Amino acid sequence: MSTQQQYQGQVPPQQPGRPSQPQQTGHAQQQAQPQQAQQVPQQQAQQHGWSGQGGGATYTSPIPPRRTHLGNAIVSEWTKIRSVRSTVWTIAIMFALVVGIGLLSALAMSGGQYTGNPLLSSGLFGLMLGQICVITLGVLVITSEYGTGMIRTTLTACPQRGRVLMAKSLVFFVLAFVTTTVACTITALINSALLSDQEIPSYVRNSSLADSVEGGRIVADSGEWLGATVGAGLYVALLGLLSLAVGALLRHSAGAITTMMGVVLLPLLLAMFMRAEALETVRDKLMEYSPLNGLGALFGTPMLPEDSASGWPLLGGLAGVTAVALVVACTLLNKRDV
Amino acid sequence: MIELRGLTKRYGEKLAVDDLTFTVRPGVVTGFLGPNGAGKSTTMRMLLGLDSPTAGDVRIDGKHYDHLQEPLNHIGALLEAKSVHGGRSAYNHLLCLAQSNGIPDRRVDEVLEMVGLSAVARKRPKGFSLGMGQRLGIAGALLGDPQVLMFDEPVNGLDPEGIHWIRTLMLHLAREGRTIFVSSHLMSEMALTAEHLVVIGQGKLMADTSMAQFIRENSRTYVRVRSPEAERMREVFLAEGYQPVQGEDGALEIETVENGQAAARIGELAAREGLVLHELSTQRASLEEAFMRLTAETVEYHAHAENGAAPASPVPGANVPPGEGPAGPGHTPGVGPAPGAGPAPGTGWGEGWDDPQKGKGR
Repeated sequence: MSTQQQYQGQVPPQQPGRPSQPQQTGHAQQQAQPQQAQQVPQQQAQQHGWSGQGGGATYTSPIPPRRTHLGNAIVSEWTKIRSVRSTVWTIAIMFALVVGIGLLSALAMSGGQYTGNPLLSSGLFGLMLGQICVITLGVLVITSEYGTGMIRTTLTACPQRGRVLMAKSLVFFVLAFVTTTVACTITALINSALLSDQEIPSYVRNSSLADSVEGGRIVADSGEWLGATVGAGLYVALLGLLSLAVGALLRHSAGAITTMMGVVLLPLLLAMFMRAEALETVRDKLMEYSPLNGLGALFGTPMLPEDSASGWPLLGGLAGVTAVALVVACTLLNKRDV
Repeated sequence: MIELRGLTKRYGEKLAVDDLTFTVRPGVVTGFLGPNGAGKSTTMRMLLGLDSPTAGDVRIDGKHYDHLQEPLNHIGALLEAKSVHGGRSAYNHLLCLAQSNGIPDRRVDEVLEMVGLSAVARKRPKGFSLGMGQRLGIAGALLGDPQVLMFDEPVNGLDPEGIHWIRTLMLHLAREGRTIFVSSHLMSEMALTAEHLVVIGQGKLMADTSMAQFIRENSRTYVRVRSPEAERMREVFLAEGYQPVQGEDGALEIETVENGQAAARIGELAAREGLVLHELSTQRASLEEAFMRLTAETVEYHAHAENGAAPASPVPGANVPPGEGPAGPGHTPGVGPAPGAGPAPGTGWGEGWDDPQKGKGR
């Protein structure tokens, strides 16, 4: 055990101007005791024919190791997401767009004539732009790690890759859902406050729109409220989660954001140019399943005039697609080298 | 304790890491040496479970990396080139790592203090210098106070002060009984810090030996003689059975395995023959040269092997027994112990290896 004494006695060469060193030295002496564990490694080393020079005393940390679980990963991911500027910026811009545009459009329409659209539907305008921020954040949560090399540090700290992806997804989803829902709720309240006393044209009373008029004021029923707040929040947060999965698959910020823009915008754009009769079915399907249509339907304004869907079935569909994308992303994450 | 068994990584046609088997033991600094592109980083990534091996196995304290529940308590790694999000403050970077392993928050302040980054804890690493970035990486490695520490090219691009700091730190950590595994492509750096040496070239294990052994076997010693009568001098030496090689400035270099007596003998010979000598000195080739020769020879070996010239230069395969070393007799002419010959001025990079101030830096 002479080697042990050797380790205990040696103090690192002093460095002028480095206050950290003495502290470390104390650390070393304190920890020179528990060295029983060396027996096995040393024997092994000898079996393999190494000279064993330099000794075999192993170091044992005074910090007790704890079994880690998903909770640790979630706390860690929360620290990560709140400590970068991109999170603050994307969410602030989303908020400004949703609430700001909602307020401006409500102000523009207030005092005018009732257009026949549901009371809360103008919230869709701002959210269509705001969702781009959420998509961007969803992508950046994962691709910024690939871009900076942080992913290697992350996976070294937590080699259970599925756990990392799960924690990232949960933290991002909750954050996106809460912030989007709050923004949408504020916008809905603004709309309700400013637009409920719009002038009601006489034809409304005799049409199907009569339901939304109560005592001379325009109102939204609870279904519309739910759709324009929680529904919209869920929808956009799911879209963000899908972006996260796409980011994990592509591992490239620009590529993933572009892909998601395409997913959101292209179906509707393509449908607009399908004027031929023969393509009518394709066009209608593209319209119906366009992510924008899902969001519009939640606000009571689906893209197809005759469509009476509430938007909730499309939201379910989006959840399914997102789940599949996450499973694929997780499988690939486990398989790939980083 | 890190154990590699037949570790292999293939990228398409290219074999990046070829059947590596060695063990990194606690209590010493083990240098992992190889030229750029030899497969050092790939090996280290496989060790950390970042890349999956094509074949073979690597274990940390007997476990696969991805079976470690709190990996930072077992192994700390300084990865290549700042694997850090540039926009997250140093403190938060370390905090999220600590949290993922259930390490108490106060440990973050401790390691920041340890590496001397307390003053910039709230700053973003984007603006850090190379040296500060390395310190942050090392802080992350020390976070879990692990038994095994791995540094990938820690001194790359650092100023002398930073190099000195890292060197001292590694030696200190090894003395605490930790396993230190450090990669480098600079033999000189290894000569100053590592006690054990693992050399790879083109993904193959070339040497697994103690530093002292490596130095003993690879320091080429020769006597340098210069005379205005160069031609006659050459004839005299040839007649005596020496094999002079033409050196710089018309000097002749004579490889020697003797302990410093060769110079005396050559001087006596010159005197006997009435030769005027302008220079007579014992020279020792640098470790850097020895390292380059070692790694270059694998390449040569491949070329020779097809011509059947292999026996002339036996190449160390994987798992060289320590007694024989990487460069056995006949492998490198003139190799042998030569402690009598002190390092001549300007011999090269590795000259300071036996400096008593080892680790103090240059």
